[in-house]
Amino acid sequence: MLKGHSSWVFDSKPVILSSATVGGPFEAKGNLADDFDILHEDLWLGQDSFEKAEKKLLEQACEKVVEKAGLKKEDIDFFVSGDLMNQITPSSFTARTLGVPYLGIFGACSSSMEGLSLAALLVDSKAANHVLAAASSHNASAEKQFRYPNEYGAQKPPTAQWTVTGAGAALLSAKGEGPKVTGATIGRVVDMGISDPFNMGSAMAPAAVDTIQAHFRDFNRDPAYYDVIATGDLGKVGHRICKDLLQKHAMNIPEHILTDCGVMIYKKDQPVMAGASGCGCSATVTYGHFLNRMKRGELKRILIVATGALMSPMSYQQKESIPCIAHAVSIEMEV
Amino acid sequence: MSSQKNKKLTPIQQEYQAFAKEREPKKRVGRNILRAFFIGGIICTIGQGLQMIFIKYFNFTQTTAGNPATAILIIATVILTGIGAYHKIAQFAGAGTIIPVTGFANTVASAAIEHRSEGFVLGVGGNMFKIAGPVIVYGVFSAFVVALIKITIQWLGGM
Repeated sequence: MLKGHSSWVFDSKPVILSSATVGGPFEAKGNLADDFDILHEDLWLGQDSFEKAEKKLLEQACEKVVEKAGLKKEDIDFFVSGDLMNQITPSSFTARTLGVPYLGIFGACSSSMEGLSLAALLVDSKAANHVLAAASSHNASAEKQFRYPNEYGAQKPPTAQWTVTGAGAALLSAKGEGPKVTGATIGRVVDMGISDPFNMGSAMAPAAVDTIQAHFRDFNRDPAYYDVIATGDLGKVGHRICKDLLQKHAMNIPEHILTDCGVMIYKKDQPVMAGASGCGCSATVTYGHFLNRMKRGELKRILIVATGALMSPMSYQQKESIPCIAHAVSIEMEV
Repeated sequence: MSSQKNKKLTPIQQEYQAFAKEREPKKRVGRNILRAFFIGGIICTIGQGLQMIFIKYFNFTQTTAGNPATAILIIATVILTGIGAYHKIAQFAGAGTIIPVTGFANTVASAAIEHRSEGFVLGVGGNMFKIAGPVIVYGVFSAFVVALIKITIQWLGGM
């Protein structure tokens, strides 16, 4: 049901029956390693290309999530998935493996919450009983496509971010026990004219702020309603800008509530410059770390604002600025 | 940022970019220059040492010793690139590892490794000079222009 200008309230409160996350070697050394279901030592996952490795990540997350819910692939009505690759091949190839009716989406790194909000909408509108929402990214395949070869010796500036090698999946159901998806706010494209692909945090921060403002305007809520408001992958630079920008717009979100998945996932001594990015960042942190904490009763209500930079390798060579977007999804326990 | 670029931005975009700029970590230019100077210097010193060895022990002349010395630096770079060490050194050294011949070898080797998964012809062959290509194109072209200037000056009796 539409709420305000750009939000949905899910009255039937679709349940996240289960969630699963898969990570790579760098994530295994990170802060949230314990929250992954499967961690790989090998960046290639035994495949002969990085693209196939990313597909494998996503396939494993999807298999695991179905297994954890105690269901079979045949029980899934729809599969909604996105990633960063050209023509979203990891998602589509995973859909080929699953054999489940599939909706491919692209919202860059915001695909995780774009997928979750659409999945919740499908369940809430009774268009489906079980929907699988997933997203993935792979460090090497993303670097290869968007920047330089992985072994190329270009110095990265301090604003650069590290693409997460990981996939996260959540299984939504019309009934059951677990955290519930209660609402979503769909973002607008915001472009502040930043064109440096090594400075995504600054480019995406205004989109996150725009969506957060829209969310609280539409739901007429106080920020303290949530235990955590986490942006997707702004990194240290973008997180700081986001925090200050919210203050500038007279939105006072207490410091301990506002956080960023891209700041959380890696340890301080890992050489990730400003932090993490990628669909896999918000997907693994949300479907792993945050949902685990909700199930342990540490968090009651969370708002995930997944941010995405909607550029292509060609668009920035043609000196186009980077249009950005953010989608917010609220997940609540015991409602 | 140049004023040319600023003209295309709306006042709100300009205001935001100034706001963001204040909150972005600065590139440590001084530190980067020093690192580039020392690492680049070390690489060139190794090259010079190799050249002297070839002259002293292998009967090369001043002009011909450059070739085997360069070849050794290139081979060493390709090996370091292959084992995944070069880009880590480069993150520290910056321009220090890009400017010497090692940087050029790294661009070719890294692109070749990266696109091995697309096969030897379309992958390795097609992408090997993806980054090095512009260097060759404009290197050859500027050499051509400089040669033309030299010939013209000679023709006019200048040299």
